[in-house]
Amino acid sequence: MKYTEEHEWLLEEGDLMVVGITAHAAEQLGDVVFVELPEVGTVVTKDEEIVVIESVKAASDILAPLDGEIVEVNPALEENPGLVNEDATGAGWFFKMRVTDASPLADYMDEAKYNAFIG
Amino acid sequence: MTDLHITPLHGLHVELGGKMVAFTGYDMPVQFPAGIMAEHTHTRTKAGLFDVSHMGQVILSGAPMEQISAAFEALVPMNVLGLGEGRQRYGLFLNETGGILDDLMFANRGDHLFVVVNAACKEADVARMRAALEPAITVTYIEDRALLALQGPSAEAVLASLNPAAADMRFMDVATLTLNGAECWVSRSGYTGEDGYEISVPADAATDLARVLLAHGDVMPIGLGARDSLRLEAGLCLYGHDVDTDTLPAEAGLIWAIQKVRRTGGERAGGFPGADAVLAQIDTGAARKRVGLRPEGRAPMREGVEIYAGTEGGEAIGRITSGGFGPTVGGPVAMGYVPRDLSAPGTVVYGELRGKRLPLTITKLPFVAANFKR
Repeated sequence: MKYTEEHEWLLEEGDLMVVGITAHAAEQLGDVVFVELPEVGTVVTKDEEIVVIESVKAASDILAPLDGEIVEVNPALEENPGLVNEDATGAGWFFKMRVTDASPLADYMDEAKYNAFIG
Repeated sequence: MTDLHITPLHGLHVELGGKMVAFTGYDMPVQFPAGIMAEHTHTRTKAGLFDVSHMGQVILSGAPMEQISAAFEALVPMNVLGLGEGRQRYGLFLNETGGILDDLMFANRGDHLFVVVNAACKEADVARMRAALEPAITVTYIEDRALLALQGPSAEAVLASLNPAAADMRFMDVATLTLNGAECWVSRSGYTGEDGYEISVPADAATDLARVLLAHGDVMPIGLGARDSLRLEAGLCLYGHDVDTDTLPAEAGLIWAIQKVRRTGGERAGGFPGADAVLAQIDTGAARKRVGLRPEGRAPMREGVEIYAGTEGGEAIGRITSGGFGPTVGGPVAMGYVPRDLSAPGTVVYGELRGKRLPLTITKLPFVAANFKR
């Protein structure tokens, strides 16, 4: 698993990349009450705002970590956005993308570096 | 951050793992480890303990009670003279044009009025009362007492376990009760829509009292986050958001707070700041009204969202003044102002969220029925 400074995690699954936010980020946000996901088929550019997370406290944007196309979004989040708090790196995943430029991946953190990053 | 005030319970908040934030000049817990959702639900089902010591506590004394009440009546549009001993009322300070300067609670405690005002307004409120009432009446700003709120269906049983007399109080009663050895000024009221108490306690006894209350299995510490979602579901105004100097009582839906004796035709009609404008708006009806709003779907619409009559074009017809997720409602809830002809429950208007206009249904307030002990 790789991590961005925006507190997203990326996990390779076959030829796709699964993306979500870290447990640390979920804890900082507080109880998540709504996640607005992109539409399947959307072509996204790295750093584009593609997800809005609403917690009991505030709205936050999630950026596309890489260039690519959204091929699947987590249907469970519509009914149960609290999955982001309960299982951020598992059942609380946001979307799967087909990556067209994986080169920024080399700059993203591994788990040890991310843990140091969040101190 | 160094110039933030702290309340007598600050050390306890930190010890309990409170996430501290700056709020009206005070370092206050926005939530505890349980989180806003759990704290909110716990208050609605059992009991929550809130620190509201940042609010201003003021005593008006030094003259016969009737003279104090008459003098205070000249400052607020409420029936103060008719407030019996041991009773409390909701009140408003207004400016000369009827705009709301602050909302408050005042209680007749036999030989004095006890007034509780909002933290952000307390200095101005105290100055206003001093200017209007002194020297005939003594205005004392209380700095050596904390203020706790114990709210929720278990509140009565919990407080009665410390002093059985707590159970005898009805909604809006006030009494002096000894709690855990300290002399407390207790009112049966709060700002969550639940039954409960507000407890003014000497600062040096506050943490011990809070610990005793928290030791009860039904009581959980609650932060400002859940305080906000609880009062929003209860349809209660947050000063500076839902009401301010640009809102008059009638449009804010607060006519109920102005007793008939102070309205047009009443025995002591008018005679308070802004009376002409306030009474005229009551008599002729306000052009806009504060309403409850239910966004469709799950996306919350928060303060500042503009409201439109249709899905496209047109000028904004109003604005959301408070909004968020209502844990008990199980969906987003909001309050805001709309023109009178669009204010009937069931009317659909539109809030613009991230460039999209999404339906908002006008909904009767409160969103969650009040649970007071009348």
